[in-house]
Amino acid sequence: MKGTYLGEFQEVVLLTILVLEGNAYGVSIQEEIEKRTGRSVSRGALHTALTRLDEKGFINSEYGGATAERGGRRKRFYQVTNLGKSALEEAKSLREDLWSSVPKVALQKIQG
Amino acid sequence: MKNKKTIPPKWADRFLEWYCKPSLFEDLQGDLYEHFYRHIEDKGIRKAKLIFVLNVFKFFKPYTVKKLNFLNKLTQFIMFKNYFKTSFRSIARNKLFSFINVFGLAVSMSVCLLMITLLTEVKSYEKFHADASDIYRATNLYQYLEEEPNLFASTSIIAGKRIKEEIAGVEAATIMRRNFAGDFENDNQKFALRGIWADESFFDVFSFEVIYGDKDQALTNPKSLVITDETALKIFNQLNVVGETLLKGDEPYQVTAVVKTPPFNSHIKFEVIGSFSTLDQAQMQRNATGWLSWQNMWMNYTYFKVADGQSIKNIQAALDKISIDQNSREKYTSIQLGAQPILKIMTGPQISNSLGMNMGSETLWILGILSFVVILSAGFNYTNLSIARSLRRAKEVGIRKVVGAKRGQIFSQFTVEACIISIFSLILAYGGFLLIKPLFLSLNPEMSRMLQLKLEPITIIYFVLFAILVGFAAGLLPSLVLSKLKAIQVLKTTSNTKLFSSVSLRKALIVIQFTLTLGFIISANVAYNQFKYSVNFDKGFNGENIITIGLAGNDPEQVKTLFERIPEVEQISMAAMVLGTGERWGDDLKYKDPLDSTTIYYSSVDQNYIPMLKHNLIAGSNFLRTPTSDNESEIIVNETLLKRFNIGTPQEAIGEQVLVGSNKLTIIGVVEDFHYAPINEPIESFGFRQNLEDIQLLNLKVNSTNLVGTMDKLRAAWEGFDEVHPFESRFHSEHIARAYDTYELMFTIVTFLAFVSISIACLGLLGMGVYTAETRMKEISIRKVLGASESSLIQLLVKGFMYLLLIAAVIAIPATYYLFDSIILADQANRISIGLNEMGLGVLFIFCIGFLTISSQVWKAAKANPSSTLRSE
Repeated sequence: MKGTYLGEFQEVVLLTILVLEGNAYGVSIQEEIEKRTGRSVSRGALHTALTRLDEKGFINSEYGGATAERGGRRKRFYQVTNLGKSALEEAKSLREDLWSSVPKVALQKIQG
Repeated sequence: MKNKKTIPPKWADRFLEWYCKPSLFEDLQGDLYEHFYRHIEDKGIRKAKLIFVLNVFKFFKPYTVKKLNFLNKLTQFIMFKNYFKTSFRSIARNKLFSFINVFGLAVSMSVCLLMITLLTEVKSYEKFHADASDIYRATNLYQYLEEEPNLFASTSIIAGKRIKEEIAGVEAATIMRRNFAGDFENDNQKFALRGIWADESFFDVFSFEVIYGDKDQALTNPKSLVITDETALKIFNQLNVVGETLLKGDEPYQVTAVVKTPPFNSHIKFEVIGSFSTLDQAQMQRNATGWLSWQNMWMNYTYFKVADGQSIKNIQAALDKISIDQNSREKYTSIQLGAQPILKIMTGPQISNSLGMNMGSETLWILGILSFVVILSAGFNYTNLSIARSLRRAKEVGIRKVVGAKRGQIFSQFTVEACIISIFSLILAYGGFLLIKPLFLSLNPEMSRMLQLKLEPITIIYFVLFAILVGFAAGLLPSLVLSKLKAIQVLKTTSNTKLFSSVSLRKALIVIQFTLTLGFIISANVAYNQFKYSVNFDKGFNGENIITIGLAGNDPEQVKTLFERIPEVEQISMAAMVLGTGERWGDDLKYKDPLDSTTIYYSSVDQNYIPMLKHNLIAGSNFLRTPTSDNESEIIVNETLLKRFNIGTPQEAIGEQVLVGSNKLTIIGVVEDFHYAPINEPIESFGFRQNLEDIQLLNLKVNSTNLVGTMDKLRAAWEGFDEVHPFESRFHSEHIARAYDTYELMFTIVTFLAFVSISIACLGLLGMGVYTAETRMKEISIRKVLGASESSLIQLLVKGFMYLLLIAAVIAIPATYYLFDSIILADQANRISIGLNEMGLGVLFIFCIGFLTISSQVWKAAKANPSSTLRSE
């Protein structure tokens, strides 16, 4: 199913939204990802991911109150929907399934 | 707390708002602001701003950019029906204003339609030639010693021959010579025909259509003749006349081809073409050095076609090489060869010696600017009245906005309305155009020869495009003003006069309109006065009541005896030309020093001429005999010549000898300086001579109470004598007046435009008057109730408008004065001084008209019964 496929970056974004609990909006998500993964995320890339997730129905958003620090602009807070959560779980279980199927020998690093 | 420094750059913010999808905008902008304020803290204000700007640009990505809103466009399209309906209703409701707008626009548009047709036609000149853009005319830039160089459309024969032989990039070149004219005889019947000489390559360069005959060989042999279809029909009554012979004098010419008469949009016109080899062979035997002289450049033309893929730059380089080579053999003169595209001949600058006429870029520009000014004035009317009237439409705009109209939609609604008005006007203007077209063409005989002003399909398209453009331009400001209105303001306040801050704009438009109108009136007045002044100027001779008759090549003595038999004819004199018209012949004159020469202008006359035209002979005697063809020995000169060579007093000059050309002549008399050229040119050396070959016309002094009867007798006598040539007679003064017809033309055109612009400006003023009276009706009534007199009320309302007119006058008078004093009349030797009379009359006229227009409306308002206007509230 193409529609529910979760890309790696999209997965990171979804998880970050969950990590941030109620405070997930553009700037905070971007900073959190940068902090945790150590890679710089462009606002454009993040936005594309958010749009995709929104289209798939994995997240929804609502506007919060206006704050002075945003020049009177409102924040758009993101939340992970149930569909999103199950997609995450599905991805996780798929991964765990794969992990558990990997023979121990295969994980041994080859010397030299 | 937030001062200007701590906010992001405004323009970048606006840019973001402009391109960003509305659904994303708030989010994105908020993020950027948050970043911005954080960056101020750790990176400083400058860097923060820079990052902000960079981010705005980084966000410019397909998924953030607004999609073109097709749905929106579609609504607008559907709304057009509604726009049309409301526009028609509003036009119908305000009949007076719509009339002013439509009529004003129509009148000025008809002038512009004329201009558009003229431009399209002028641009069509020479286009019928195949590869017209590759055809060039060789020009000569002639310079004598260090004098000012002059550009000529003619060139030397040697230049033509060298272009043919030496320049590789030239595909074909043809040498032509003007004045192939004369009487051609067929079956003892004579026909006067005019045309040109041209060599065998003529049809390689030009695409005149050959009907019969071989176009490659038609002009190869001497004594060959190419005639047009019209000429063939006239002479032979049939078209295929190849092989027929025509006698020119004693010489037989053989018709080798018949071509279509040149289309009117060709600057080269002819009835016959003689083969250039006829001349070339004869002259090469007789006087090859003179014929092939580099300076023999006054009668010949070379047109050439550049080969495909060749650039004109290379050709010009080759022409330069020829010029340098030839100039190195010349002592006093230098001639630079140039190339002018044939397509630029009609619209390019006026070049001396051109074969055929040209309109001249200057004339085109002047006409274009004048029509633009007129249409501008009408456009101002529309703008002015629409803005003034927009008070009434404000509520409509308010409702539309509440219902959901966007600014752009309101804008397009009012633009559509303006376009509807201008399309209406176009229909009226077309009628006007048909009306003024024949008038324009008959303004000047040259005009009707150059232009037909025929309507082509493309011109109609131009017309419609033009109307839409005018509508758009005129409706731009009102549409902007109206679409800017805010719904809440319009609907809340009952009196919305305060909404419009564009009062000063309207005033400015009125001032500009009247400034232009005043300019036109003053110009018309000055042009008329200059024309009158030039014609009535004391030229030093008097040709009143003298009839001039062209000889058309006949023997002067014979014609003279012919007319002498008519009893009303008192006296007859012979002359080479009518002096004072601009026609002049010149030759070289030397006095004692063989190295010092000057140009002397001359006319050949008989013994009766000087007394008849009342020239003032200040020393010596008049001629004693009629002109002869040989042993010419005497000359009567003017005072300027004496000064030029320091010959001394007029008495001392009698008996002195001068060399004119190759003739040794004795000065037998001196005449007072007179204007042999148009009076705007200075007087130079002039002399009367007695060369029979020059005589081309007779001056008749007639003593008769019945001039028409006498004219008929003269005509009858002529027609019994010469059946071939038409009788050409005109009053001497008429000839002179014609020389100044530029002024007359200018006067006619400017007067017409002045009339148009006065009507338009006054219509505008009338509209504003009506509007003012209407809106201030209540105020007037209250004032009246409180005891104001009618005259004081009129004063109150008229004052404002008269003030505007005054400003217009203050601008227009010095501007027009400067225009005429320093530009138009600046290079005229004899001109009127522009005084209060020329300036004041026009201004007074405008003031009167303006006052009458406004006060007529105000009067109505002031007379109205206050109770009827005040009752309603």
